[in-house]
Amino acid sequence: MKHIKTLNTLQTLKKGGCGECQTSCS
Amino acid sequence: MIHQFKNNGFNIVLDVNSGSVHVVDDLVYEAVALLDQGKDEESVCRELSGTYAPDLVREALAECAELREAGLLFSEDIYRDAVFDFKARKTVVKALCLHIAHDCNLACRYCFAEEGEYHGRRALMSFEVGKKALDFLIANSGSRRNLEVDFFGGEPLMNWQVVKDLVRYGREQEKLHDKRFRFTLTTNGTLVNDEIMDFCNREMANVVMSMDGRREVNDRMRPFRGGKGVGSYDVIVPKFQEFARRRGELDYYVRGTFTHYNLDFSQDVLHYADLGFTKLSMEPVVAPPEAPYAIREEDVPQICAEYDRLAQEMIRREKEGRGFTFFHFMLDLSGGPCVYKRLSGCGSGTEYLAVTPWGDLYPCHQFVGNEQFLLGNVDEGIVREDIVGEFKQCNVYAKPKCRDCFARFYCSGGCAANSWNFHGKITDAYDIGCELERKRIECAIMIKAALAADNEGKEVESNEQE
Repeated sequence: MKHIKTLNTLQTLKKGGCGECQTSCS
Repeated sequence: MIHQFKNNGFNIVLDVNSGSVHVVDDLVYEAVALLDQGKDEESVCRELSGTYAPDLVREALAECAELREAGLLFSEDIYRDAVFDFKARKTVVKALCLHIAHDCNLACRYCFAEEGEYHGRRALMSFEVGKKALDFLIANSGSRRNLEVDFFGGEPLMNWQVVKDLVRYGREQEKLHDKRFRFTLTTNGTLVNDEIMDFCNREMANVVMSMDGRREVNDRMRPFRGGKGVGSYDVIVPKFQEFARRRGELDYYVRGTFTHYNLDFSQDVLHYADLGFTKLSMEPVVAPPEAPYAIREEDVPQICAEYDRLAQEMIRREKEGRGFTFFHFMLDLSGGPCVYKRLSGCGSGTEYLAVTPWGDLYPCHQFVGNEQFLLGNVDEGIVREDIVGEFKQCNVYAKPKCRDCFARFYCSGGCAANSWNFHGKITDAYDIGCELERKRIECAIMIKAALAADNEGKEVESNEQE
């Protein structure tokens, strides 16, 4: 693309939610 | 939902619901703003053709359409139902903050614990209470394997033997229950010695070293208790430097609090870096509005400008090969948390609990001592499921201020304790905290854009040389 650079390539809905992540305050 | 901003020469378009970050030229920046107002492509084309060549405008709009088609621009919020279903599930406890010592040898002006005095109720956690807390965590953690335990205070090193005994007990229990403890420690550094460093480097996944930056800033807010206001800087800096050196690749943070007295806090962060520390955190004080050191609404523009200065200096140092990590600018655009995690918040009151020296359970370390939030104790477990239920429903869709905020996928709804302290309910948000969080996210995204542009420049340069 000439005008746009996308830095990343959320709709994790299916596989996420396992709860094994650290608490916060792949 | 779209959020657009300009920072440090970059035009950035954040597609909020997909999390996509686009760095764009002026033409697309203007086109996206018009499309976001609901204008169709023809109108946008007409409106921008006075400024840009019509062919270029059509080309830019075609790129926008391609991203929209791919779900990366103007994407819909499809998460609301999923998150409510997720929060309705039975939760497990996965982290405890052990108030191992309600006692401290410093008298920090902004301390949650009334300058270390604890309303006259100083106490150290016994091994028996700590053991029951770990047993409670194991019993209430369901099938979750990784458990977190933070030794907090007060000053945990004032109860060091119990810290060591509890780590040893935890390691014994790991094998019996197929669990893995991640122990962490927060310390003011004054009592650190060789034995403590060696033990922590074997057993602690992260060590938080508390200091506030430059000597005069630190010593104004972090004096010794009963020591005629003698500051702690000269005692802790050499100890922390040695501690960080010995930790090598292990996690640590040098963490400070900035207040109304040092709104030029980027200088304190850079002071850490100049002392040789590379994992840094500096966080705004949260204090009653009448406190002389409290952050005020009129301080916000200056703080935001300070975050900009810090971000630009971080980029400069990164390019020079002497970069550092700043906790509030950490952003993972490629492998960050899933949407459930992002929308359901920190887990206080459900997955994360604080334990007092005598075994009472609270929703988090900032609620300790507020009897309204006493959830139970390590002997009987949770007896106030009604309070847990309130925290369970605490997600960004339950907070009116978060629903239309671009930062909701990054901040996860903010801090329940701050909301309670400023608004008397946990489903509101602390407004100054929100403004600062939004600014930090913009800076963090800009840093990513700047470093990506720098890498691209290097690639082009190297291709040209070939």
